[in-house]
Amino acid sequence: MRTIGLVAGAVFRESVRDRIPYAMVAFAVLLIAASYLIGQLTAGQDMKVIKDLGLAAMSWFGLLIAVFIGITLVSKEVERRSVFALLAKPVSRAQFVVGKYLGLVMTLAVNLAVMTVAFYAVLLYMDMTTAPGIKSVWPAPALDPHLAVAVVLTVAELSIVTAVALFFSTFSSPLLAALFTVGLWVAGHFNADLRNFEAVLDARPVVLLARGLYYVLPNLAPFNIRAEVVHGIDVPASQVLLTLAYAVVYIGILLTASVMVFRRRDFK
Amino acid sequence: MSAPRAEAGGRTGTLGPWLLIAVLGLASVGLQAARDRDRHPFEPTGGMLWIQSGPAMKRLVLGYDTIAADLYWMRAVVYYGGQRLRPAGDRSYDLLFPMLDLVTSLDPRFRVAYRFGAIFLAESFPNGPGRPDQSIALLEDGLARDGERWEYMHDIGFVYYWWLQDYQKAAEWFGRGSRAPGAPEWLAPLAATTLATGGDRQSSRTLWQQLHDSSEFPWIRTNAEFRLRQLDAMDLIDQLNAVAERYQAREGRVAQTWQEFVRAGYLRGIPLDPSGTPLVINPVTGRIGLAADSALQPLPAEPPPPSAVPVPRPPS
Repeated sequence: MRTIGLVAGAVFRESVRDRIPYAMVAFAVLLIAASYLIGQLTAGQDMKVIKDLGLAAMSWFGLLIAVFIGITLVSKEVERRSVFALLAKPVSRAQFVVGKYLGLVMTLAVNLAVMTVAFYAVLLYMDMTTAPGIKSVWPAPALDPHLAVAVVLTVAELSIVTAVALFFSTFSSPLLAALFTVGLWVAGHFNADLRNFEAVLDARPVVLLARGLYYVLPNLAPFNIRAEVVHGIDVPASQVLLTLAYAVVYIGILLTASVMVFRRRDFK
Repeated sequence: MSAPRAEAGGRTGTLGPWLLIAVLGLASVGLQAARDRDRHPFEPTGGMLWIQSGPAMKRLVLGYDTIAADLYWMRAVVYYGGQRLRPAGDRSYDLLFPMLDLVTSLDPRFRVAYRFGAIFLAESFPNGPGRPDQSIALLEDGLARDGERWEYMHDIGFVYYWWLQDYQKAAEWFGRGSRAPGAPEWLAPLAATTLATGGDRQSSRTLWQQLHDSSEFPWIRTNAEFRLRQLDAMDLIDQLNAVAERYQAREGRVAQTWQEFVRAGYLRGIPLDPSGTPLVINPVTGRIGLAADSALQPLPAEPPPPSAVPVPRPPS
């Protein structure tokens, strides 16, 4: 565990050196500027729009970080040949892969945590500057704790995306890994269509294939509860917990597969 | 000795690029200003909406449905406001319904979009597209997508009442709304009143007042206040026309100026409409009306009263 922690810490420090935290500052500035501007254009829907914008921006920034750092996690080490020095030390390939993964997830989590603080700060400002009569018709309070649940699920979704990127990074070039990862992310949002394929096609084998793909491909749509949270609609805790459990299991599968592929690689 | 010289050279070397950036930046601003003076880029008069299918757009936005709905909502608000600012003859509201349909397809719980559509899609030209059918279609979509909300039923009833003068349908929808969860107590009596006295100015006033008092959206309240001021103006004009008739009966001719009313002791001065604009007298007929430049123009046509009192039948 200590070795994994050391590798993860190195990844985190490297991402800080690469100025990834600048994304956080950009996020805060974007939100604060937006809150002033969009209030004029939304015909009274500024709170909804700021919540939508904040949650969507966190997801976008996080996705960019997950994909573009995730795809280079392993390939960069191989390209620089620093992987030889690393693996010569008492670090197993499994520890290397898992450490790399946890380091990037830590970077993502810290990024999103800072963005969440900036987000709540803007919401607090909106709450303090809005008349009580207007606040009384908001479907959910400005500082709704359920927003944090939506952020937690976003982190879980991005953790899956990171695991996908890492998996492809173990055996393909960064460009191909980026394409595969984005492709799977897109497919992950259309998954419900695969489950309901019998509604559009009468061919049993194709329907079974689609059903199989539904279970094999990452199902990312349930991680998106942004609309429910913004409209103040209750999301059952059981749904959130099952979705988080699904993320843990799916990440486990991807990390195991990544370790298997990485173990077979010959770096001579 | 060489070190200070190198430092001085370094300062000059740093200053040079900054100076160049400043000069080029100023030149860029100047060039843009010069270009913009004579540049008239092509802009389609009606605007463009490349994708009008809600389901297609929902797939394209890959889970970011609500933020996409917000963007189309802002576009719809700006589009409507922009058309209202144009000269009456240049206005076109063709894209208002497709935009609102996209908003509500992407975010089916975007209540304000349904209610915005209910008010402004039905508004007669040039203040709106004059499409009460689209208003009703959007609100019925709201009922299908967002559940049995009394607000949507009330708004459908309202469109039937005010814009289509179909008091039976209006009463049916008010009645259906009164049975929906969370409906206010005044909705059931409104259904009965609509059947009995639909088209009556007092009923219209009650309807607008309820809309004003029950809405959380400022622009609905503003619109309702405008309509209430129009109804006040219509009351005032009726009272003054009664005065004019008395004047004509006594003097044997129509009054052509307000001074004649003042001299005869009927009025103390020139009457103003609720927007503060002086009312005018038609010198030929002696009838009193709004000035052409009054902010309350055009007054709504007085709907005909219901010919009968039919038995309410709930809509299916």
